[in-house]
Amino acid sequence: MSNAYVSVEGIARRYPGATIFEDLWFSVNRGEFVCLVGHSGCGKTTVLNILAGLEAPSDGVVIVDGQEISGPSLDRAVIFQGHALMPWMTAEQNVAFALSCRHPSWPKAKLREAAQAALEKVGLGHAAQKKPAQLSGGMKQRVGIARALAIAPKMLLMDEPFSALDALTRGALQEEVSRLVTEADQTAFMITHDVDEAILLADRILLMTNGPDARLAEVVVNTLPRPRDRANLHHMPGYHELRDHILDFLITRSRTLAGKQPAGWDPKAVPEVRPAAPQITPPPPRAAA
Amino acid sequence: MSSRVTNARAALLSLALLAAFLGAWEFSARSGGSGGGAALDPEYAALLGAAAAQGGQTGFPMPSEIAARLWELVRDPFYIAGPNDQGIGIQLAYSLARVAAGFLLAAAVAIPLGFLIGMSPLLSAALNPFIQVLRPVSPLAWMPLALYTIKDSSISSIFVIFICSVWPMLLNTAFGVSSTRKEWLNVARTLEAGRLKTAWKVILPAAAPTILTGMRISIGIAWLVIVAAEMLVGGTGIGYWVWNQWNNLSLADIVIAILLIGIVGLLLDRLLGVLARAVAWAE
Ligand SMILES: Nc1ncnc2c1ncn2[C@@H]1O[C@H](COP(=O)(O)OP(=O)(O)OP(=O)(O)O)[C@@H](O)[C@H]1O
Ligand SMILES: [Mg+2]
Repeated sequence: MSNAYVSVEGIARRYPGATIFEDLWFSVNRGEFVCLVGHSGCGKTTVLNILAGLEAPSDGVVIVDGQEISGPSLDRAVIFQGHALMPWMTAEQNVAFALSCRHPSWPKAKLREAAQAALEKVGLGHAAQKKPAQLSGGMKQRVGIARALAIAPKMLLMDEPFSALDALTRGALQEEVSRLVTEADQTAFMITHDVDEAILLADRILLMTNGPDARLAEVVVNTLPRPRDRANLHHMPGYHELRDHILDFLITRSRTLAGKQPAGWDPKAVPEVRPAAPQITPPPPRAAA
Repeated sequence: MSSRVTNARAALLSLALLAAFLGAWEFSARSGGSGGGAALDPEYAALLGAAAAQGGQTGFPMPSEIAARLWELVRDPFYIAGPNDQGIGIQLAYSLARVAAGFLLAAAVAIPLGFLIGMSPLLSAALNPFIQVLRPVSPLAWMPLALYTIKDSSISSIFVIFICSVWPMLLNTAFGVSSTRKEWLNVARTLEAGRLKTAWKVILPAAAPTILTGMRISIGIAWLVIVAAEMLVGGTGIGYWVWNQWNNLSLADIVIAILLIGIVGLLLDRLLGVLARAVAWAE
């Protein structure tokens, strides 16, 4: 736990008459990429919003950098599912707005310059003066990424950032995020429904059971070596075991494990599995079905 | 291309309709005999005032007469020949100045207040009953109170304009502000943008089209109300001028006033339309 940048300690979200999840414990280390996978409605967005500081948990705390968080922070940038660009601003102004929050003393010219540079990093230098309505879905999402990265956050939070895109664009953006995150050794937390996306990007994949009363059932350690390449991912040894394991979870175990806690279940020590490297580690204790 | 053809056709049809209408009017007025003054019921004549009794200009004017009178009026719109005899341009300018003053005052109050109401559900709920009760009141109902307290007819009509244009702007601003997309507010929050910066850079532009819609409705209502207000308090302005021409039984002047009021109203609406387009945004 000493290396943990973010430490989630027993958070819960309860609504009158329904507990979405409770007693959720996990951590994200510095420079680590963690994906959260689970079925719709299990509370993933809620977890991310709590990490971002946009919502307060009904119970429990989130410790970031040794301090309990009490609200949003520039250190934790969010890439929203629906890009969330301001439609009245150009791409450049959207990024410059974020920069002006990080650097209130910068003059306009410097903000514009930095915004342009941030857009160039995601390959959108030519579209800086366009309004979001003039951009394709993929380009909009790129502007959202540029906006989040421009402020040099300590952590990146992403809520299904690519789910609204077509497969081709999604692939390109995944590689881009993978590259940018690796370059900057960025700590990142991402929600996804796409198993390949999780395998490509994540160091660890958190699996959540179906709600209500969802819990963290398993932590899958992704032992596939980096750099990972989308085109060759499925040729990597261990890839199929990893993928099958996660798919099995999503198809059956997320449902069968839902609700009931196995005897001796410790929410603070969720079992870790390494399906991609079965010969190196002994088979981990499986959570009983 | 085809839309341009349609537009040209529509313009042609408009012109044809106008010509047919004016032609029918002119024809029926000529053939119907306009010397109907003699047939006037004496009580009605008394009601119409001195002009009718003296057998002045009676009967309904023909388009040709109106056109001639219009030419006379617009040739020298800004003459001043005593307090009760001023050019129609001057009268319109008085009305426009009152509308501008009342409208801008209303905007200065309604937009900031609407902002607060839109941002605070508490304030919104607390002020809602007052707004709901006051909004449906005809602005002219305020006139006696205004005259009594202000004791100046011109400022009273500005006050009436203020009252009538404040509601649409207030409600639209509050609505626009309160319906700012949550995700944009969340962006601002995660960027730790301050309250003022969020209001200025996010909420105001987000709500601007809705606010402009409110302003557009307001200016329309204000232009409707100023005519009635000036008829009531007299003195100057296009409303007073209409009333004055009615007392002179100069129907041609009244038709002209209706035409000019319509054109000015259209121009005001277009002006706000241009502003609305400037702040519009598309998703
Ligand atoms: N105000 C509320 N009252 C009761 N339940 C609510 C309320 N708001 C959200 N929920 C429930 O909380 C749960 C978690 O929602 P959340 O958006 O976090 O799900 P999610 O895992 O992100 O789903 P998706 O994958 O579809 O985005 C949902 O089941 C939703 O029905
Ligand atoms: Mg979600």
